[in-house]
Amino acid sequence: MSVLVYTENWEGKFKKLSFELVSYGYELAQKTGGSLTVLSIGNVAEEELKKLGQYGATKVVAVNDDKVKSLENQAYTSVIEQVAKKEASKIVIFANNFAGKAVAPRVSVKLKAGLASSVVGLPISYEPFKVSKRVFNGNAFSNITVKSDVKIVTLLQNSYGIFENPVETAIENYNAELEDSYGTKVTSVDKITGKVILTDAEIVVSAGRGMKGPENWTTIEELADVLGAATACSRPVSDEGWRPHSEHVGQTGKIIAPDLYFAIGISGAIQHLGGISGSKCIVAINRDPEAPIFEAADYGIVGYAFKVLPELLGAVKELKNS
Amino acid sequence: MKILVCMSNVPDTTTKIRFKEDNTKFDDAGVQWIINPWDELALTRALELKEASGGSISSITVACVGEATTEPTIRKALAIGADDAIRVNAVAQDSYFVAAQLAEVVKQGSYDIVLCGIESSDYNNSAVGGMLAEFIDVPSVSSVSALNIDNGTVSVNREIDGGKETLEVKLPFVAVVQKGIAIDPRIPNMRGIMMARKKPLTVVEPVDADVLVEYEE
Ligand SMILES: Cc1cc2nc3c(=O)[nH]c(=O)nc-3n(C[C@H](O)[C@H](O)[C@H](O)COP(=O)(O)OP(=O)(O)OC[C@H]3O[C@@H](n4cnc5c(N)ncnc54)[C@H](O)[C@@H]3O)c2cc1C
Repeated sequence: MSVLVYTENWEGKFKKLSFELVSYGYELAQKTGGSLTVLSIGNVAEEELKKLGQYGATKVVAVNDDKVKSLENQAYTSVIEQVAKKEASKIVIFANNFAGKAVAPRVSVKLKAGLASSVVGLPISYEPFKVSKRVFNGNAFSNITVKSDVKIVTLLQNSYGIFENPVETAIENYNAELEDSYGTKVTSVDKITGKVILTDAEIVVSAGRGMKGPENWTTIEELADVLGAATACSRPVSDEGWRPHSEHVGQTGKIIAPDLYFAIGISGAIQHLGGISGSKCIVAINRDPEAPIFEAADYGIVGYAFKVLPELLGAVKELKNS
Repeated sequence: MKILVCMSNVPDTTTKIRFKEDNTKFDDAGVQWIINPWDELALTRALELKEASGGSISSITVACVGEATTEPTIRKALAIGADDAIRVNAVAQDSYFVAAQLAEVVKQGSYDIVLCGIESSDYNNSAVGGMLAEFIDVPSVSSVSALNIDNGTVSVNREIDGGKETLEVKLPFVAVVQKGIAIDPRIPNMRGIMMARKKPLTVVEPVDADVLVEYEE
């Protein structure tokens, strides 16, 4: 089955998310004996497109047109439809992020393809095409079967992982047919600069109920700042409103897979670990030596967060300055 | 101008959800059914816009695809302030099927703005709004956190990774709304509840549409 992966770019650059999607598409193509095509929309340099080859993209179709400079759902849908038809794609893969949620449903109607969204990991079976998806906001999982000839998957970020499969990449610049104008126009963009996006961060500083209250997050934020890290939290912390829900990681929150994860004042409940176990290195700070987080951690500090944190912060600053 | 708010009827997940038959089936015994939280916020925003429009927004309609058991939830939307309601008499089998039904409702009623929630709190598909827009071939904006009408110009904010964008849109269009679209959902008052009984709730039969996805039983 021919597989098509759509990956967006951020100011001409791909992110971990893109590499995960390509790795996933490669595996699906392998399993179904098909080929993989990756579609990139927007202005991306050839050198950057070639990076996708590291994860198994034998073919990259690049569409670069002023009309698709910003996310116009109808224009994007049309481009993806044209490429999917041209490549005779049977499985189309998106990220389950804001762009995927905006475009995948439209493409589903265009291609009359059943949509499986917020899918976790690889399909359970290919014939019939059965996948596991999050339901009830992560409180449960459900298996669904897509019955249509063409299938669409939106993959929950960090639920599969990044795998290298270096191949030669052929790049095709494709001129998609587009309308002269579309129904939406971006009039202003307001970007929070300097803030690291949690799902893409290489380092994450996360804290839990052990921090006692929102007023104690200053050191957490400072540590994240010095490390160039994103901040995260456990569910009770966002339920209490100490931190925004967008920081909540775990089974019912975001799934993350940074290189380095700090769990500070987090007990390490199974539902929390469900969102962070893909981290390459976990460092836990907890006053309770019996806390389950120490079983998942690579390094642990048994101690009071309020004592350990200032020392850790001092040490990191010193390291950065030297 | 006419606004349509699409709503789904979902189990209240703030109460504990249970599964039966060896954890394979959702147990709906004793479950409270509510308006999907995002749809409730969408309705709230629609009502705010109507009140501020000085009469240029003539009506707010809610539409729901579901069996007769969804009617108490639909009445609640009327009690909150919607002017009328349409129920498509069918089991909501999958997003594609539901969107096809709503597309027919939009065609029949020629609405200018259609609001859908970003996802339903049960199956989390994030699909109906975008599919509906494609069925009727109109623009859509997803992750909408603000919707304003200024001298007939409709603008929305949408959340993107690490920021937000403001867009101007041509009508008719579909807004798929999320957090921020309204602050607190409106709660029906006594007068609203009384009036809701007399407001029109039209039941229509479904059109033929495919079901592309099957949930495991
Ligand atoms: C269906 C379901 C889904 C869930 N989904 C999620 C999810 O997605 N994400 C999630 O995080 N949770 C989730 N939970 C909740 C989860 O089970 C735990 O309750 C939660 O993760 C605990 O958060 P916590 O570690 O911050 O708090 P606690 O369990 O209260 O742990 C606080 C920890 O801090 C330590 N501590 C206290 N004071 C200090 C101090 N001064 N210095 C150092 N350490 C200190 C304590 O020893 C303790 O280990 C879910 C639960 C259910 C039932």
